[in-house]
Amino acid sequence: MRTIETDVLVIGGGATGTGCARDLAMRGMRTILVEKGDLTHGTTGRYHGLLHSGGRYVTKDPQSATECARENVVLRKIMPHCLEDTSGFFVTTPWDDPAYGDVFVKNCRLTGVPVQEISVQAMLRREPVLNPRISRVFEVMDGSADSFLATRSTALSAEEYGAQIWTYHHVVDLVREGDRVTGAVVEDLRNGERIGILCACVLNAAGAWAGKIASMAGVTVTVLPGKGTMVAMNHRMLNTVVNRCKLPDDGDIIVPIHTVAVIGTTDVHVPDPDVYGIEPDEIQFMLAEGDKLIPGFSQYRALRAWAGVRPLYKDRDVANDRDIPRTFKLLDHAERDGVEGMLSIVGGKWTTYRLMAEESVDALAKRLGNTRPCRTAEEPLPLPPTEHQTTFRPPVRTTGPGASVAAEVEALQHAPLYWLGKHLAEVEREQSFADLICECEMASRSRVLAAIDAGAKNLDDIRRDVRMGMGPCQGGWCIYRTTALLFERRGQDGLSQANSNDALLHFLQARWKGLVPVLWGDQLRQARLDELIYVGVLGADRLRPIAEQGGGLVTDNPAVATEYVKA
Amino acid sequence: MDHIELSLTQSLDHCIKCNICTSACPVAAVTDAFPGPKYVGPQAQRFRHEGQPVPDASVDYCSGCRVCNQVCPTGVKIAELNARARAQIVAERGLPLRNWLVARAGLVGRMSCGPHAPLLNFGLRLSPARWAVEKVIGIHRKAPLPASSTYTFRAWFRKHRAPATARRQVAFFHGCATNFYEPHVGKAAIAVLEHNGFEVLLPKQQCCGLPLISNGDFKAATSAHEANVQALVSYARQGIPIVGTSTSCTLTLKEEAPEILALHSEDVQAVAAGTYDIFEFLRSLAERGELKTDFRPIERHLPYHQPCQYRAHRLGSPAMDVLSLIPGLVLEESHAECCGIAGTYGLKKEKYQIGMDVGAKLFDMVKRSGSDLALCDSETCRWQITHATGVTSKHPIEILAEAYGLEL
Repeated sequence: MRTIETDVLVIGGGATGTGCARDLAMRGMRTILVEKGDLTHGTTGRYHGLLHSGGRYVTKDPQSATECARENVVLRKIMPHCLEDTSGFFVTTPWDDPAYGDVFVKNCRLTGVPVQEISVQAMLRREPVLNPRISRVFEVMDGSADSFLATRSTALSAEEYGAQIWTYHHVVDLVREGDRVTGAVVEDLRNGERIGILCACVLNAAGAWAGKIASMAGVTVTVLPGKGTMVAMNHRMLNTVVNRCKLPDDGDIIVPIHTVAVIGTTDVHVPDPDVYGIEPDEIQFMLAEGDKLIPGFSQYRALRAWAGVRPLYKDRDVANDRDIPRTFKLLDHAERDGVEGMLSIVGGKWTTYRLMAEESVDALAKRLGNTRPCRTAEEPLPLPPTEHQTTFRPPVRTTGPGASVAAEVEALQHAPLYWLGKHLAEVEREQSFADLICECEMASRSRVLAAIDAGAKNLDDIRRDVRMGMGPCQGGWCIYRTTALLFERRGQDGLSQANSNDALLHFLQARWKGLVPVLWGDQLRQARLDELIYVGVLGADRLRPIAEQGGGLVTDNPAVATEYVKA
Repeated sequence: MDHIELSLTQSLDHCIKCNICTSACPVAAVTDAFPGPKYVGPQAQRFRHEGQPVPDASVDYCSGCRVCNQVCPTGVKIAELNARARAQIVAERGLPLRNWLVARAGLVGRMSCGPHAPLLNFGLRLSPARWAVEKVIGIHRKAPLPASSTYTFRAWFRKHRAPATARRQVAFFHGCATNFYEPHVGKAAIAVLEHNGFEVLLPKQQCCGLPLISNGDFKAATSAHEANVQALVSYARQGIPIVGTSTSCTLTLKEEAPEILALHSEDVQAVAAGTYDIFEFLRSLAERGELKTDFRPIERHLPYHQPCQYRAHRLGSPAMDVLSLIPGLVLEESHAECCGIAGTYGLKKEKYQIGMDVGAKLFDMVKRSGSDLALCDSETCRWQITHATGVTSKHPIEILAEAYGLEL
């Protein structure tokens, strides 16, 4: 077994782990990050994409609200290309307690969450699909975030500073010598090779899987995986994040992100973060809740449903999982459990990932005698090769609570903020519309190839990079095209036709999983056409005997499989 | 948002990306400048949002022929989405002078029609003049511009003496072309209607607004449609059919203006329901046995092109049906999607060649027929056919009048 030495081993390639790796590397510490799947394979890649203003937590979880409000501004400065300045509304519908509005505003002021009440008429002018029976509207600095791109960009920065990012590397065991964790044994899922990693400290940033990792060192960390189910609708019927003005509950938020509008979420405790399903009643419930915000919402085309597991850390008794604080906690296992050489960072929100990394790395740096300051809040993230080097700057918000921040961010002249029309505008500028691989999400051949060249291990990785297969047809037209490109590009590196076949089957199955919960109306018709393409024309149902995992791909491994109980 | 409006804005959700529209689109087939109806329609629409900068420009190459709507198996209102996207571009970037001008058929017609018309027509036939018009304004030097008439249809109608035998009434919507360029088409229509026992009323009217819609000037199009509705609604309410010879004008009154401009008042709906293309109207008479059939035989074999804007009425082929009653007359259908002119599209410098390429199948068919006359219901299509083939073209109503032996 090959053994490698490093200062810090970060476990988990979500927002937090990647953020930690960047911060560590920027402060000059030797860092290896291992992730059992692709970056964002866990919860980071399965959330609704809200850049929190903090509004959702002002009453129940004020600390989290304040952290979100601060980080919201920081993230706008360091990763504008990943964020869209949608703004957000908290609205009082006829189903909500009208008294909460005043409490909400008061608590926003207490927690430092910028807020401004606007008239219902002004709301309807901006978003005519919203329920005219809404009685009060509060505008906050919500936005939407591409968590795939943000994590990819963060990892790229970490690598530029010398960190090693190992995706598809699964932690087999942590090595404990006496009361000290000294490293880990990891397995490269592409070929089964085991590698020993010796390190001064392990940073457990495995999110909902943090309990599993900690147990390998004989330490108990109770993370309650709270499953949240979301539904993406086929297009953005509105352009502003809309929240119900009440205490956070199921189906109370709609986030316009990229080309879709996502309604979320449920919150169901699941025993294992790898084993959960999507129940029909969850979907029904959320669409019905959507109707309260947007009359007729349930009649729009639902594109897909998926679920993620929140990494809720439980260190005391709470009756309801929603009551567990959303703020994060850094666990020093030397103090807590008498085990040296390991820290766990648990809980938290995507929006606060950078702050979580900063606090974790502060603690680690102290331990390792590193005195260099954190600079992750100032230095902007680099753009991955899959991104257009765009020069168009969308107009800057001039009204509402986000206006002053928008001006401040614009003055920095970092990359432009993301905006809905960006990819269409770029395709038009390049006149590349005849060379689109994924037509629905406007992913051109050059961007798909960039994702392949960046080391995609299967088609799902390419999806996360360029949104291939995420549009209305759910891969009907782009899966076979992308498979062909993958084979063309990697054929000389040992990727066989059988491996390509396997990649195609793997991705078809992954798309199908998210379609099953919303198979009615337009999406059912779509699925039928896709079936005709893949089964009727291409005979994909007969590919299995000539499909084989390999060639540097990871398509089938129990370590990364997310099992849906009911399909 | 009302239901009619929702059915349009939500129709992008019905797209299953099947590409049937892309393969049927006559424009996408001949140019790389137009990515096709699926792309500029339901696909691009997911990247557009009111209040955001317009991300795209290629939608301007949609000719508005509506073939996509016709072939879509799931009912996406592609042409309407495209028209609105273009209007959003115009709202943001402004209307170029050329498009402002060609969109105002009535204004241009009024200025060019009259005793000075022959001089103007002569001038516009000179190549240096056309070269200058192309350079300065952007109308292609070869594009088929109609010859202006020395008198307007309305002026003729004022002096026209109707027979006293009429039992029923119709209101005639002549449109700009009949009024300023081809009064003879209107005269034929009046003769046919009067021959069938109708008193023809001539409501006040202005341009139907279609060229304004096609060029993205929704503000002017809306006021044009509202004025027409105001002038026509009393006829519709009295049950007097509103009949027109220009298939695109009648389609605009029936459907395009209400849907694309989101005008859904009761008056708008009443006018839409009370408007008929002339052959739609005559065919319904024939079906009830009320159409006179005292035709003289016309022993001819003529090519006939049903305009895309006529097919968009979803009526089958009313002109073919009625003309088939004329003994001896054989019509050969073009089966061509579009002549390429699409109103004002093929006039434009950058689109002229696209229009000519779109129409190639039709021009071939007309030339191969060996006929010295072709029939087509829409004025700009007729001008395009004649321009491309040298074959004279007429409105089918003119042949019908001839078959009745009517003096014009």
